[in-house]
Amino acid sequence: MARVLMKGTEAIAEAAVQAGCKYFFGYPITPQNEIPEYMSARLPAIGGAYVQAESEVAAINMVMGGGATGTKIMTTSSSPGISLMSEGLSYIAGCEIPAVVVNVMRGGPGLGGILPAQGDYFQATKGGGNGDYRLLVLAPSTLQEAVDLTQLAFDLALTYRNPVMILADGFMGQMMEAVEISEHKSEGIPDVTPWALGNKDKREKRSVLRSLYLDPEKLEKHNMDLKAKYDAMQKEVRFEEYCTEDAEYLIAAFGTTARIARSAIANLRDEGVKVGMIRPVTLYPFPKERIRQLSEKARHVLVVEMNTGQMLEDVQAAVCDRAPVSFYGRCGGISPSVKEIEEKLRELL
Amino acid sequence: MKETRIYERPKAWMKDVHTHYCPGCGHGITHRLLCEVIDELEIQDKTIGIAPVGCAAMMYDYVDTDYCEAAHGRAPALATGLKRTRPDRVVFTYQGDGDLASIGMAEIVHAANRGEKFTTIFINNAIYGMTGGQMAPTTLIGQKATTCPNGRDPELAGYPMRMCELLSTLETPAYIERVTVAEPKYVIAAKKAIKKAFQYQIEGKGYSFVEVLSNCPTNWGMQPVQSFKWTLETMVPYYPLGVYKDFE
Repeated sequence: MARVLMKGTEAIAEAAVQAGCKYFFGYPITPQNEIPEYMSARLPAIGGAYVQAESEVAAINMVMGGGATGTKIMTTSSSPGISLMSEGLSYIAGCEIPAVVVNVMRGGPGLGGILPAQGDYFQATKGGGNGDYRLLVLAPSTLQEAVDLTQLAFDLALTYRNPVMILADGFMGQMMEAVEISEHKSEGIPDVTPWALGNKDKREKRSVLRSLYLDPEKLEKHNMDLKAKYDAMQKEVRFEEYCTEDAEYLIAAFGTTARIARSAIANLRDEGVKVGMIRPVTLYPFPKERIRQLSEKARHVLVVEMNTGQMLEDVQAAVCDRAPVSFYGRCGGISPSVKEIEEKLRELL
Repeated sequence: MKETRIYERPKAWMKDVHTHYCPGCGHGITHRLLCEVIDELEIQDKTIGIAPVGCAAMMYDYVDTDYCEAAHGRAPALATGLKRTRPDRVVFTYQGDGDLASIGMAEIVHAANRGEKFTTIFINNAIYGMTGGQMAPTTLIGQKATTCPNGRDPELAGYPMRMCELLSTLETPAYIERVTVAEPKYVIAAKKAIKKAFQYQIEGKGYSFVEVLSNCPTNWGMQPVQSFKWTLETMVPYYPLGVYKDFE
């Protein structure tokens, strides 16, 4: 397919279709409504199904049911809707069911606003639902990357039998860019027949997908098995570096904020400031090892986010005492400007 | 010539297991009926159950099919996702009154209204069993529970909710019937209803719902025989048995 100009939400939707997703369960919420709208027209035409759920609570459980059959499945929502889905995400993780969930983040807490924000970092990477579980969290910074990560998300979900979240700030949903969306064939994905429901006639034993273990030793084993899986997921860590070879000052930012920081870095470089950036593409697993390495030669680390300091805590944990860590954030639907980031960095020189 | 009839355990019943249910509980009877229906329709290999919360949470230890476990109230949404992706399979949910009529009210109403092609077995015993006898949406007026120790007061908690009546106001569902397992003659009728509900699903007629008036001797503080007498004498008058909606 040639490059076409598309809105982020529609690009994500078509990317999912081209990755083989034929079923979508969702509930309207701004700013991601174009995805369910797109899917409601697209999926019935290719023999799939779109179901408008009665709530996000129901939508995520429909996703759980669809994922339980080993089918590529997706839902999308925005911050308050993701809160309602968090119960389901815990059950999906506990039952080890593959699913892809897109969060087009808006400002919070509560209803907050409908403009872009990054305030759901904690919710995505630290839980949201109850119990010891992890989501794989992917944070695109361009629409092409949103397309590529959406397609990758289905493969990761099936490979690890785990929910995968695309954490996109509102800009990623609402802006337009040229993207190329190709058909994506999943390769090297383990066969789902041994566990996927509805295949009892193809295997010797039945399959029971459960998260209830009343025997504490069995529940502890279940938790330790999940922990081993999360440890294995660490190899999926992805990040991008910009001008880090000789960087004395290191900016850490994700999503749209990283694009703004990139412009600030170009301007500061023109002034002779040796500044670079690490942009985590996976927020879980987090590139803590690479951030630790880069911080060893950094005079100062600056974390920039569209929130009041969330990824900041992971950067601080990775940097430890190797360099001072500062923060600059805007929130409520306001993004940091190039000039603000430059000024903040100049203060650190 | 004498006919020899062999009464044996259904094939869909897990081998060599006994349930954890209290003596005299209606769950065991209903599980047995479910197994007999699965056997008679020869659908064991293609049936997927949604295990609920509450006393029947571990029904997968007794009824031998594929399962997915649902959060409280969410079974109809989970079943929607399963059936939409595998319309060739037989999907059932099995929910109690707290699960279905309280925390899961939105999910059951909307799944029924969309006409999702799965079957719900709704166990109404007018109380929360597993959590220890709290008031349910179906607890009767004056009935005592641990959260209404003086009996349910309609001024405070409203009147018990009748789910068959409520769901039958919807245009879409194919089949809605209320039965009981409180006496052998009713048990036979209950089996017929469960079988019909599964048949409707298999024939693609739409959503099918069977409410089973059951009992809870432990939390009602009654002997099993006395509890089933209470089901018939106190529950049935408020929750009349019968077909509330039929596709035909």
